[in-house]
Amino acid sequence: MAGAKSELRKTSGLARIRQALRRSEAARGYLLLSPAMAVLLFALAAPIALLVLYSFWKENGLVLDTTPTLAQYAAIASREGYRTLFLRSIAISSLVTLVTVALAYPMAYFVAFRVTRAKFVWLLLLTIPFWTSYLLRVFAWKVILGFDGVINSTLISLGLISHPLEFLLYNPTAVVVTLAHAYAAFAILPIYVSLEKIDRSLLEAAADLGDGPLRRFLRVTLPLSLPGVLGAAVVIFVPTTGDYVTPTLVGGSDGVMIANIIQVQFGRVNNWPLGAALAIGSMAAVAVIAVAFIQAARLAVARIR
Amino acid sequence: MLRRPAASPSRRFAPQDEGGWASRSTRHGGRGLAIYAVLYLAFLYVPVLLLPLFSFNDSAFIAFPLSGFTTKWYAAMAADEDMRAALGNTLKVGAAASLISTILGLLTAKVLARGIPGGAFFAGFASLPLFIPDIVLGIALLMLVTSLDIPLSLQSVIVGHVAICLPFAVAVLLSRFEGFDVALEEASRDLGETGWMTFWRVTFPLVLPGIVASLLLTFIVSFDDFLIAFFLCGTDTTLPVYIWGELRFPYKLPNVLALGSTILIASSALIALAEWVRRQGVSGQPRDPGIGI
Repeated sequence: MAGAKSELRKTSGLARIRQALRRSEAARGYLLLSPAMAVLLFALAAPIALLVLYSFWKENGLVLDTTPTLAQYAAIASREGYRTLFLRSIAISSLVTLVTVALAYPMAYFVAFRVTRAKFVWLLLLTIPFWTSYLLRVFAWKVILGFDGVINSTLISLGLISHPLEFLLYNPTAVVVTLAHAYAAFAILPIYVSLEKIDRSLLEAAADLGDGPLRRFLRVTLPLSLPGVLGAAVVIFVPTTGDYVTPTLVGGSDGVMIANIIQVQFGRVNNWPLGAALAIGSMAAVAVIAVAFIQAARLAVARIR
Repeated sequence: MLRRPAASPSRRFAPQDEGGWASRSTRHGGRGLAIYAVLYLAFLYVPVLLLPLFSFNDSAFIAFPLSGFTTKWYAAMAADEDMRAALGNTLKVGAAASLISTILGLLTAKVLARGIPGGAFFAGFASLPLFIPDIVLGIALLMLVTSLDIPLSLQSVIVGHVAICLPFAVAVLLSRFEGFDVALEEASRDLGETGWMTFWRVTFPLVLPGIVASLLLTFIVSFDDFLIAFFLCGTDTTLPVYIWGELRFPYKLPNVLALGSTILIASSALIALAEWVRRQGVSGQPRDPGIGI
């Protein structure tokens, strides 16, 4: 014991710091968190801060004018085209969110309540398509819906139509269908988790108190699964508003979305400040809608209870 | 003792017997729901399975009826040097991004699982990349990299990929850390092991399945990313950026289909493996779907 004490006295300054850290659980915790937080500061916070800065600058020929200005935001607000694009992007991703959640709910319900043994296999089956190349899944829909595509060639070889149907591809509907497919797992998993968490004795109680299957579903199961539904809605709505690949591949000129016009500012047009302002504007719009949606849903849930 | 159990409602609705209360509604909508589930699976799988189907079709046009079986598109794919270079780049980026994000995720999850003042804030910060559209992160990183005068390269892609992979690594590892008993680590320390040895001999073996699952999942997130690489890769094309370029040329589509089918099979195998590994020993938490949502 005495040996250990003298050992302690001999330790260098660095070792003493190390010992102080070992003593303080929290300090050690922050030290372990710091590498990840440093990476996030550099790869997430700094770029987003720079994006905000850029949106207040101006492209002046080939030089960047860094006097703060609201010119980009004014340009976005005054141009009819941008407003249409914002509204269309939000309308498309709202529709995608609605369709995806509505299609996924019965599926998640089935796995949570009907499947008794091989739940793991079902979940794996439902997530595998989600993990295979996003680009190729979107491309697959172009192959299905295209002029010479799977649907048209099948219908023609069956003799049902004589000319390919042109309304299948290159429109907002094609974008909605493709995104509803691409984001299916984002809806199934959170809804499944919240259904799985429901205490089965509550359903038993509702049945004992005389609720039929439909009333039991509407008054017990559905309200209790709303957190999963809301989670799914947000996780789908946020990224689909900014989706680039799908509108580019299957959207056509009527299906152009906000991400396409942002990308153009970094490519052909080369107006980075305008691109930055469009990105900030779309993120802000999405955040406001998502928060308003969650608040509205919370109020609705409170009323049901 | 020959009473029929179905006569008692509490037996019929016993919580541990899900089939019991489900069986009543089977008469109404149970079969319909099963049919729906199968149709939904078809909706998920048919588009994806068309790629391998047409990759073996002996025609440059993707249309029915199929014209004959061939493996020539696979031969053409294997001979394509640009594609091989892009594959090499993607593998490099994926390996680096998955390794870095898993190490960072390991440290973060360890701290968050044990609880720390402000833990909720850090957990939220670490999951933030999930809520920023890839296009926004892509252009923002492009601005940062160019304003620091760093040339666009695979390194800049790796930085972006670490950011988008981190939420997945943290989620997978957090569920693993929450599944094991802190007392094991305390016991090791009480028995005289140093912090480092405790990590190697107790913590590491216990979270190893989580680490493997995290490496595989983050690798796939990186492997699958198109947008961030599109803005940041410069001239070092990754595989999705290469595929994007090829999609413009109709005559190259069969090659892309062959490549897509190969990716499909490889990543399905990886995911099945990741799920299997992750579930080793955590059967106590069957409700965790395993991806960071």
